Amino acid sequence: MQTKRTVFPNRVLPYLLLLPQLLVTAVFFLWPAAQAFWQSFLREDAFGFKTTFVWFANYSKLFADPNYLNSMRVTAIFSISVTVLAMVIALLLAVTASRMLRSSKVYSTLLVWPYAIAPAIAGILWWFMFNPTIGILTYALRAFGVNWNHMINSTDAMILIVLAATWKQISYNFLFFLAGLQSVPKSLEEAAAIDGAGPVKRFWTIVFPLLSPTTFYLMVINVVYAMFDTFGVIHATTEGGPSRATEILVYKVYFDGFIGLNLGSSAAQSVILMLIVIALTGIQFRFIERRVQY
Amino acid sequence: MNKLLLASTALAAMTFATAADAATKIQWWHAMGGELGAKLEEIAADFNKTQSDYEIVPVYKGSYDEALTGAIAAFRANEQPAIIQVYEVGTGTMMGAKGAVYPIYQLMKDMGEPFDQSKFLSAVVGYYSDTDGNILSLPFNSSTPMMYYNKDVFKKAGLDPEVAPKTWKEVEEFSQKIVDSGAAKCGFTTGWIAWVQLENLNAIHDQPYSTKANGFGGLDAEFTFNNDLSVRHWENLKKWQDSHVFEFGGPGGGDNAPPLFYSQECAIYMNSSASRAGVINNAKDFEVGFAPLPYYDDVTTDPKNSIIGGATLWTLQGRPAEEYKGVAKFFTYLSQPEVQAAWHQFTGYLPITQAAYDLGIQQGYYEKNPGSDIAIKQLTRVTPTENSKGIRYGNYVQIRNVISDEAVAMLGGQKTAKEALDDAVAKGNELLREFQAANE
Repeated sequence: MQTKRTVFPNRVLPYLLLLPQLLVTAVFFLWPAAQAFWQSFLREDAFGFKTTFVWFANYSKLFADPNYLNSMRVTAIFSISVTVLAMVIALLLAVTASRMLRSSKVYSTLLVWPYAIAPAIAGILWWFMFNPTIGILTYALRAFGVNWNHMINSTDAMILIVLAATWKQISYNFLFFLAGLQSVPKSLEEAAAIDGAGPVKRFWTIVFPLLSPTTFYLMVINVVYAMFDTFGVIHATTEGGPSRATEILVYKVYFDGFIGLNLGSSAAQSVILMLIVIALTGIQFRFIERRVQY
Repeated sequence: MNKLLLASTALAAMTFATAADAATKIQWWHAMGGELGAKLEEIAADFNKTQSDYEIVPVYKGSYDEALTGAIAAFRANEQPAIIQVYEVGTGTMMGAKGAVYPIYQLMKDMGEPFDQSKFLSAVVGYYSDTDGNILSLPFNSSTPMMYYNKDVFKKAGLDPEVAPKTWKEVEEFSQKIVDSGAAKCGFTTGWIAWVQLENLNAIHDQPYSTKANGFGGLDAEFTFNNDLSVRHWENLKKWQDSHVFEFGGPGGGDNAPPLFYSQECAIYMNSSASRAGVINNAKDFEVGFAPLPYYDDVTTDPKNSIIGGATLWTLQGRPAEEYKGVAKFFTYLSQPEVQAAWHQFTGYLPITQAAYDLGIQQGYYEKNPGSDIAIKQLTRVTPTENSKGIRYGNYVQIRNVISDEAVAMLGGQKTAKEALDDAVAKGNELLREFQAANE
């Protein structure tokens, strides 16, 4: 890849132009991140009267804590389910919608709507429909002999938050897949059709591989979404319960820090999360940058 | 243009004028939403009208959790309010923060305000006093759990609607009858499972909740609530859930419990006395009966007092001296029987001074509102013992969540009652040690 270099005659101006963004980054990211990093080595009472430097005690305690390991497991199950479901369904919808000749616009518009809904509201919506006492879907499930109760049953609770989080993310994925599909050259598909390849074969051998940059990008975005942006969904529905069965890592940071007032442990957890984000961003840059250019 | 200028100058002058002789403003952070919040603001406004030196400014900070964490964050940034309403499980945290708290007995003495803590109910005072018996925060909204039941369903099931179940055995019998006769789908439900079905269970049966006098004796207490009584009761809950005698109302506060009772799905409902207003407002199609919490008559024939919940007002250190003068005056105002009685009667919280209770009797309030004195009678029926005067632990917000989680695991069939309680004790002790390490 060739790099273009623009030479600015003024030496100060470029930095001045960058300054607002740098300031925002410093104030809202670097400073709190540094504080969290520092705090993760401390043991403090809630009011901050007694502070002891404990080296890595907060970290080592975390990895010995079955609750934290459970939270990691829960996060893995949750983010993989959400990512796979949201992407498969979105791809299916995008492929079908792009085949429509006249109604494709209408479908696209309708399918994008859920994206405009705040996570907490999406959560409440599903929570309401699945409410064990007054929910309409619970009522319907009872007719099939399913006794739905996400307040006691951890599988039910996990299904609930996966559904709510997936439903919200499908729109985003749909848009990207639709755009991706439209950029697949029609001539390739037509040529394959002339050679006698059926629609399924055409999809798997031509369209899908050409979509791979989109798919890969969406995969990273979806994992990040499931791990970090679903706080609202969980807070509004299960609050991490029943007995911590839906407590993903981000929720645990909040719960231990803001409810439990255990700042040291909460800070250590957020540092770990920060490392995960850095890793994911690294993967995205390394692979996507490479594979987009072919 | 000129007119506009004139008007704005006048406005500016007025603002300055009010600012110049404005009363000392005192921030009061609270967690009372809805009707309770409106009533609380009314109390503050009434106080402001009685004098002109101080102005109490109530600020609604969301839930109890949010108010407490907000105040702590504010304290660390030196922006704390003078008064903060803290729920009972936050008591251990506040007591641990010696430099942050201005104990009320000290405050009243320093400010020269008359204050006699013996006027408060002893079950309430005990919960909020240090080991020397000095009260540290001002009781404001205290409640205690009690039992509500649906008289119409009782009738339908062929039970006497005027006779509430007294013991757990009767709760089981009555509930079974209700479920079998089809009068309702479930017998009973409960809010606050940890508070009602564990803390209060142990207090009423005079069982220690932990070593060190239920945590009053020091930070090194160890939980012992996995005793035979608790195991037996939790086993029963599971058994009763399977036979629909009991239906779980949700973890923590049990958000689903009130609708279960209001919709007449469950005939009996155990929750805070402060739920009374809600029950009366929502029980439109049926008549409600009120009763004390049940007990196991083979464990005790002399049930002790229940323990309290709700919140108290804490004064935080680090505000200007004149504010504390106002805080002391406000606390004196709040402790007046008239103010107390009005708040108690409106909300269902307990009358926390004997005088407020007597005033209610004088006014004939309890006669006109049958059942409204059940909670206070249950709370004052005996002199509190070491096991029934309350509990005090650091990190108890988390510990109560642990207990609620374990209850859910037990009800979900993942653990037996014994395993759940043993695990709750183990995890709880870990959190106690953490608090001890951070505060000693």
